Amino acid sequence: MNSDLVKNKFVFTADSLKKKFRLSEFLSEKIITSVAFLSIAVIILIFFFVFRESLPAFKHRPKATTEQQKVSAGNKPESYGSSEVSAAEKKPETYGAVKDSSVTADEVNPDASLRPAEGAENEGSLSSLFSNEWYPVSENPRYGLIPLFIGTLKVTLIAMLFAAPIAILAALFSSSFAPPWLREWIKPAIELLAGFPSVVIGFFALMVMATFLQNMFGYETRLNSFVGGIAMALAAIPIIFTITEDALTAIPDTYKEASLALGASKWQTAVFVILPAATPGIFAAVLLGVGRVFGETMIALMATGNAALSGLNPFESVRTLAATIGAEMAEVVFGDMHYGVLFLIGSMLFIFNFSINAIAEFYVKGKLVKKIQGK
Amino acid sequence: MKTRLKNKIIGGAITTLSALSVVLILAIIIIILVVTIIGGKSTLSWEFLTSFPTEGMMKGGIFPAIYGTALLVIVMSIAAVPFGTITAIYLSEYAHEKSWLAQTIRFAVRTLATVPSIIFGLFGLGFFIKFVGGGMDNWFLGGQLKWAQPNLLWGSLTMALLTLPVVIVSVEEAIRTVPRELREASLALGATKWQTIWKVVIPGSISGIMTGTILAVSRGAGEVAPILFTGAAYYLATLPTSLSDQFMNLGYHIYVMSTQSSNVDQTLPIQFATTLVLLMLTFTLNLAAVLIRSSLRRRVK
Repeated sequence: MNSDLVKNKFVFTADSLKKKFRLSEFLSEKIITSVAFLSIAVIILIFFFVFRESLPAFKHRPKATTEQQKVSAGNKPESYGSSEVSAAEKKPETYGAVKDSSVTADEVNPDASLRPAEGAENEGSLSSLFSNEWYPVSENPRYGLIPLFIGTLKVTLIAMLFAAPIAILAALFSSSFAPPWLREWIKPAIELLAGFPSVVIGFFALMVMATFLQNMFGYETRLNSFVGGIAMALAAIPIIFTITEDALTAIPDTYKEASLALGASKWQTAVFVILPAATPGIFAAVLLGVGRVFGETMIALMATGNAALSGLNPFESVRTLAATIGAEMAEVVFGDMHYGVLFLIGSMLFIFNFSINAIAEFYVKGKLVKKIQGK
Repeated sequence: MKTRLKNKIIGGAITTLSALSVVLILAIIIIILVVTIIGGKSTLSWEFLTSFPTEGMMKGGIFPAIYGTALLVIVMSIAAVPFGTITAIYLSEYAHEKSWLAQTIRFAVRTLATVPSIIFGLFGLGFFIKFVGGGMDNWFLGGQLKWAQPNLLWGSLTMALLTLPVVIVSVEEAIRTVPRELREASLALGATKWQTIWKVVIPGSISGIMTGTILAVSRGAGEVAPILFTGAAYYLATLPTSLSDQFMNLGYHIYVMSTQSSNVDQTLPIQFATTLVLLMLTFTLNLAAVLIRSSLRRRVK
């Protein structure tokens, strides 16, 4: 048929082979790329805004705005500030009795006239950041972060002492000892624990575990760093398990085969060959577990007792950094010293977590690759 | 002979110990489930789910909390799923694996996944409420206070940031299971890159987008810390009707009832029932996600 046409159609020139510019293609690529920037932007924005809001902590100029005040009148006198003095009667119910922000937000607050005066007293208390007393709501507010740090470290340590061995052993079982059919069940089952909301774990710790452990060990305060630590271990176990399991299964089969061929038994291979080879990965897993526990808010709020004590006894109530933010942010005056200090704590938590993630990402992964490749 | 026996004993001990760890973890999961079910099942009824709290939250149901949680996850998904999906498409289709941009985005996503949830709450307060909300009030409403306070929109957006990595990771995993031959066939037939993505890649990874959404919803329904000061309310007499209203939330309800109320013991059955509802909700969603994902993995094999 019309051979001329066909002939004409299939003449390739340098021009016809050039990629055609299509506006829709161009736009879609640009839009997708810019949306992908969002996650980077969010990280930067978080860093910027959390840090910016913490600036009032460094400014001595008292600035009390009452427009956003969310504290209902009358609950201030019996809030945690006073109750913390007596360590024996710690109860989580005592701090910030009511948080009905919506109901009273627009009401005229009879307490509002007291607030600016309190703001004026904030002057000069920045130096108290390194003191041993956390009394943010008192005549003479003191913002000592030491007890909060000690509390957080105590809870983290206890949580890791429980979570790390259990999770690593479980991962070892799943990757080295369990038959394949069992393994396919264990992993998703343990990952279900990761899906439990932390408020549910906190509630379980508060209502069931606290009583059970108190009866078992017979200590005095029902809610303490021990209970909080164990509850947080439940939150950390799935993280440590999953990452350790991935690290263990990532070890090449040649390692295992060589070891078995040399006459080592199954457990010797697992413990002396696979486990050491995966150490950087396990280290990363534990690090990320620490990060999770360090920033955990709801479990800390519900199960640690929330008293800013700085003793080293594990059966004492503690107050963690994250729980302090969660408990007190709804009651502060926007822009005053207390508000700034809470955001300062937030910045520290963020920086800490960011560093942990960076270490796990770059240092550990690089090491793992080197180790497996035998360089 | 002696060392052999010793080896056998150590080996047995290690195997047993590691097996016991697995059993312990599974036992904890079962205990939490069973305790919550026993504590909550007598209170749980259709009426409990569909009625308002009465007598100062001492009696009655949790309907507003369920409704508020549902609104929260819906608005959150509308924000998080498209953005998460597009980021995943960029990472798997457009970006070069080794380019610094792709690696930076990956690092940012992983960092976002490990940022403590309370930090998102602080960010929501500082950025959404004070900066964006305050700016909107100043420009559009002439300083009238409407958006510069905690509400449904800010709570949902804060939660969307928290669940963004969940969506990205699952969608990307699903996109990678779409065979390369399908893409090549589409491109060879003259389709453009965007047409290939729209007609081949996205339909092929729809189950991954679903898993991501389910996981994000389950996470968003359970988290409390981000909404503590960006929108959740202790008690509301009416249901939220617009994005600028506050809302009640299941997780926050549990927290408030168990730690802030003056008579914790009397409302204990309600607390257990609320926990049961929340746990069942997240548990079912997670189970669904696991099932979809495992069928997806089987398909790849």
